[in-house]
Amino acid sequence: MTHSAAPATGIKRWLYTTNHKDIGSMYLIFSLIMLLVGGTMALLIRSELFQPGLQLMQPDFFNQMTTLHGVIMVFGAIMPAFVGMANWLIPMMVGAPDMALPRINNWSFWLLPFAFSMVLSTLFMEGGAPNFGWTFYAPLSTTYAPPSVTFFIFSVHIMGISSVMGAVNVIATIMNMRAPGMNYMKMPMFVWTWLITAFLLLAVMPVLAGVVTMMLMDIHFGTSFFDAAGGGDPVMFQHIFWFFGHPEVYIMILPAFGIVSHIIPTFARKPLFGYHSMVIATSSIAVLSFIVWAHHMFTVGMPLVGELFFMYSTMLIAVPTGVKVFNWIATMFRGSMTFETPMLFSIAFVVLFTIGGLSGLMLAIAPADFQYHDTYFVVAHFHYVLVPGALFSIIAGVYFWIPKWTGVMYNEAMGKFHFWMSFIGVNLTFFPMHFIGLAGMPRRIPDYALQFADFNMVASIGAFLFGLSQLIFVYNIVQCMRQRGCPASPEVWESAEGLEWTVDSPAPYHTFQTPPVIK
Amino acid sequence: MEIVTRIIQLTVLACISVSTHSAWELNMTKSATAIGREIHGLHMTIFYVCVAIAIVVFGIMLYSIIRHRKSLGATAKPFHESTVVEIIWTTIPLIILVVMAIPATQTLIAMYDTETSDIDIKVTGYQWKWRYEYLSEQEQGIDFFSTLTTSQDQMIGLETKSENYLLEVDNAVVIPINKKVRFLFTAQDVIHSWWVPELAVKKDAIPGFINESWTKVEKVGTYRGQCAELCGQGHGYMPIVVKAVSAEDYQAWVKEQKSKQLNANKVEELTMEQLMAQGKASYDKNCAACHQVSGLGIPPVFPALKDSPIALGDMEKHIDIVVNGQPGTAMAAFGEQLTPTEIAAIITYERNAWGNNKGDSIQGAEIVSFKQAQGQ
Amino acid sequence: MSADNYYVPAQSKWPIIGAVAVFLMVLSTALMITGSDTASIFFILSSCLMAYMMFGWFQNVIQESQQGLYSDQLNRSFRLGMLWFIFSEFMFFAAFFGALFYVRTLALPWLDGEGGKASTALLWPEFSSTWPLLNTPDPEKYPAPSGVIEAWKLPFFNTLLLVTSSIFITISHHKLKANKMAAAKTWLALTFLLGFTFLCVQIYEYIHAYQDLGLTLNAGIYGSTFFMLTGFHGAHVTIGSIMLLVIFLRMTKGHFDKVDSESHIDNPDSDHLFAFEAAAWYWHFVDVIWLFLFLFVYVL
Ligand code: HEA
Ligand code: HEA
Ligand code: HEC
Ligand code: CUA
Ligand SMILES: [Cu+2]
Repeated sequence: MTHSAAPATGIKRWLYTTNHKDIGSMYLIFSLIMLLVGGTMALLIRSELFQPGLQLMQPDFFNQMTTLHGVIMVFGAIMPAFVGMANWLIPMMVGAPDMALPRINNWSFWLLPFAFSMVLSTLFMEGGAPNFGWTFYAPLSTTYAPPSVTFFIFSVHIMGISSVMGAVNVIATIMNMRAPGMNYMKMPMFVWTWLITAFLLLAVMPVLAGVVTMMLMDIHFGTSFFDAAGGGDPVMFQHIFWFFGHPEVYIMILPAFGIVSHIIPTFARKPLFGYHSMVIATSSIAVLSFIVWAHHMFTVGMPLVGELFFMYSTMLIAVPTGVKVFNWIATMFRGSMTFETPMLFSIAFVVLFTIGGLSGLMLAIAPADFQYHDTYFVVAHFHYVLVPGALFSIIAGVYFWIPKWTGVMYNEAMGKFHFWMSFIGVNLTFFPMHFIGLAGMPRRIPDYALQFADFNMVASIGAFLFGLSQLIFVYNIVQCMRQRGCPASPEVWESAEGLEWTVDSPAPYHTFQTPPVIK
Repeated sequence: MEIVTRIIQLTVLACISVSTHSAWELNMTKSATAIGREIHGLHMTIFYVCVAIAIVVFGIMLYSIIRHRKSLGATAKPFHESTVVEIIWTTIPLIILVVMAIPATQTLIAMYDTETSDIDIKVTGYQWKWRYEYLSEQEQGIDFFSTLTTSQDQMIGLETKSENYLLEVDNAVVIPINKKVRFLFTAQDVIHSWWVPELAVKKDAIPGFINESWTKVEKVGTYRGQCAELCGQGHGYMPIVVKAVSAEDYQAWVKEQKSKQLNANKVEELTMEQLMAQGKASYDKNCAACHQVSGLGIPPVFPALKDSPIALGDMEKHIDIVVNGQPGTAMAAFGEQLTPTEIAAIITYERNAWGNNKGDSIQGAEIVSFKQAQGQ
Repeated sequence: MSADNYYVPAQSKWPIIGAVAVFLMVLSTALMITGSDTASIFFILSSCLMAYMMFGWFQNVIQESQQGLYSDQLNRSFRLGMLWFIFSEFMFFAAFFGALFYVRTLALPWLDGEGGKASTALLWPEFSSTWPLLNTPDPEKYPAPSGVIEAWKLPFFNTLLLVTSSIFITISHHKLKANKMAAAKTWLALTFLLGFTFLCVQIYEYIHAYQDLGLTLNAGIYGSTFFMLTGFHGAHVTIGSIMLLVIFLRMTKGHFDKVDSESHIDNPDSDHLFAFEAAAWYWHFVDVIWLFLFLFVYVL
């Protein structure tokens, strides 16, 4: 059975599509929009924190911004971007004609715009948007929440369905659609990391759905899951949430590891060092991620044994992550390196992610975390792993593959400029946060004591620098999408390896309808 | 547009204003307790270990970035597998971690030892203030609330910010030095977290449960901290001030508190002007966080009191909601937080401010009898 | 006309309709819960849209399957999809079981003054912890139930029902593979009937709990966990039953007959039974969850 070789035209192409490349593009564009929306909120936060005192907004609105910024960045920007990449790349990398379940794939995507419209619509509701942080601890998010929490809960449900369906699709594709001869140990790293990510998603998104359902019941139907008066416990919310939440942060970093594992070998002109150990390390990180969740809760009054267990298990994660970092460096070592934009972002990724990882390790030391917890030190940690971590890897990946996607080479000079502005901006924004955190500034406050003023000002200036430089990125990729620029060759890069580089640039609408043969 | 002008103003202001504050803080606060110093030491140790790791890792990376570039004619050596190397760089970090875990475990065990305290204080978090009840025999009955005193005007920039901007309260919690003080943390509404960096105590206050922690302060001084768990819009405005004093000073303070406690329920007759004046002061301090200075509230969560059926209706109902609160909402029972006189003043104020013009007033004595009728 | 290539459907309107339907259903539910009167109409309408979508989508799939467009490989995709979807459902229940274990082993003893947060008893001097929880820390807010449902009566009967039904559906599967269509249909119908009976008993039990025992959603954490676990299980039984019903109807229409007259599939054992097997897996899953429920909610 064959189908029309060319894409349908008009809006129907996008609404009805079953093509992994179309769906991938939609995911990526969606996530870019969400990045700008969430980033704008971050800039509002940073404007308010530019100086001590209340300048621009009421405390309650500030909390709404913090909450929506976290939620939108995590669920709207980073995760969909990775799913978009998975859609574009996994079928091409494993030599499959499409994702395993193309219609489900379309459904997964189209749920998202609805979910996020619902989240954003809460801003206009009476009582305002959710204001209890992206971790929405009960009972602030139940008994004491604004009415919009109900809509928030349901949109989380929709996001959950979307993620679960997406993950099922990825798993079925990878397990079932590999071209003959491509056994598991020949799979590209990006495919491996996504396979593991998909399992994490399957295991934890339903738990998130469960916990928001409990909230819903507590709010509207009289249950007492998170109310001691009925025998429940507010801290139980945190346990269930972080059982989801911690694997969630690895969901946001494992695909990043995959992307970087493609880019570094390409520009070092050397095969990835330690492929097998990379696979093992990624799997170990995933397994460990299920038993470390309570490191977010060292101060909730857990019994001593719990505290110790979670401290040790968290520290252990540094080992496999270290293996990955060392492997990347060994790949660069004695290579023949060039520094195109994707490589620059990847190198920055390795350095800055490691800094974020090391501060994570400091947080893992439970007694010290009593001083770090809920301060800007934590904010610094997670922005280091998320912004120059996850986000940089996405940017690197977009520069790396966009010639393949659009058939047009991006503007290299502009790319390099974007890199340097981002690199300076990101450090200017988030490095000072370590200091204000250690000096004692709590998170999630709209106003602060005077001794934190200087570094907050620096951070705010950095944030605007970083934010505005993303406009360069937007311009650069929009030019590619509009086919402005030099056409790219099929290989694009001098020594890129992988099936995706064997097809034309731009990749034809349908690739590998008959599976390629893997040597 | 207002916002835009505001931003411009502020930027200009910020750029010309000379910093009014002390030197830049770069590191974790030095502590006034033994545990705190241990934590600080631990922090420095892991920090140095991390720096060392970073130097090695980034050093090697930098070396290859500089030396092994194509533009210098470097050719790639396609080695890509070595089990020995993998084992080495799995083992070394593991050893480093074990070495770090040992002192961490010791410190943690010490922090968890809340036995044999000299003084017990129950700390309850409210939206957005702290309540301190002394439980030990000697201090029995000392029970007070501690609220932010920084004025609204300082926050919105109409007044210069004081030195301890946002870190100052009406009633500090007072403890003697060199005594083991045990805290029992709980909360009335949502989760709060009691944190004083210099005491190295941070513990969540969870509604319905009690967490314990302890401290033994070595130096006389005033130690400031903040609530560390997001607890709603006033989260940034519930600071903690601990005064550690000598044994004698402590005894004197206890005495003073006890006599204050005895006089707390004394009521005085006030004129309408006095009621309104005191009412406004107390209202702005205790109620405005939710119901706003304007009395307009933040509907639908925090109802407006201007034109509210309760504030304009039956006096009994009005007293009831202020004294007993509304369980399950943020509206706390103020009967135990404020003196009868204050409550009377606030109620009078609410019924006559913002154009409510009800015209009636009430005295503290009536609040006392209301409470007595309810058996309080 | 057997399928060599992996079949990629060209375009489909169902997913976007599905997304809209989910959105509208969820939105109208949220509006209903927050007190809108008119939202229930939207809920009904969007449920119809959802049903229309499912009907259309599945019809598409069935037609494609009948036309023999589906290769072995594609059937494997379906299987993997279903399998891992069921796994995610497991994890959904795991959250609620986790809650149950947490309150039983940690929260309630603490409230009663045992273990690591023993001083909590200062706040609830009257409270003593038992399981099932026949008193709550604050009985005014959460009136405790006066009794509990006894495990070895109706719940045990229900367990027998579900276990038997699981066996029946397996028999039906074997008959189907042996191409004994009449028998397969009979056993499937019996499975469905057992499932249906289970649901009736469950509803009866709920009424009993609410009316005679005061065991309600509002009865403290025991009621909360009890109703959430059994309730979600019941919802899944309902979905499973609908799946069985659909399969039964498809059997009647001859979809699973050995040699299909239109397509020329001659090896039905492995492939085009996917729909049946998916329903059967789901049914087993519901059964396994019930066994956990029976053990941890009723017996222990
Ligand atoms: C992509 C996301 C991501 C990633 C990858 C990580 C990675 C890690 N995180 Fe982070 N974390 C977050 C996102 C992430 N985190 C977020 C969002 C929060 C806050 C949530 C909230 O409250 O809102 C958080 C909070 C958080 C806390 C809670 C802090 C608090 O609230 O008090 C802790 C505590 O243990 C922690 C620890 C760690 C550790 C040990 C790692 C490790 O995986 C890091 C491992 C990496 C390295 C260690 C560096 C490389 C290794 C080497 C070079 C080898 C040699 C090293 C040694 C031997 C030490 N994180
Ligand atoms: C996942 C990713 C992610 C990303 C990418 C970011 C990006 C940024 N974040 Fe963060 N952040 C979180 C995840 C993330 N964040 C989370 C989970 C929290 C915790 C929330 C909580 O406490 O609950 C948090 C909290 C958080 C805080 C603490 C708030 C508080 O505690 O009160 C701050 C404060 O500075 C901050 C700042 C920033 C900044 C400046 C950026 C910058 O990188 C953003 C850069 C800006 C852009 C990329 C936008 C560019 C847009 C324009 C230039 C305008 C153009 C506009 C249009 C076209 C519409 N974030
Ligand atoms: C932490 C937030 C908060 C603070 C502080 C607070 N209130 Fe309230 N108040 C509420 C909420 C929430 C309600 C709504 C309760 C309900 O839903 O019935 C309320 C209701 C009321 C009402 C009834 C209004 C109506 O029309 O229903 C009055 C009167 C009132 N408060 C007075 C006061 C006074 C007096 C103070 C200070 C001494 C005060 N409140 C402080 C949150 C607060
Ligand atoms: Cu109380 Cu934050
Ligand atoms: Cu974590």
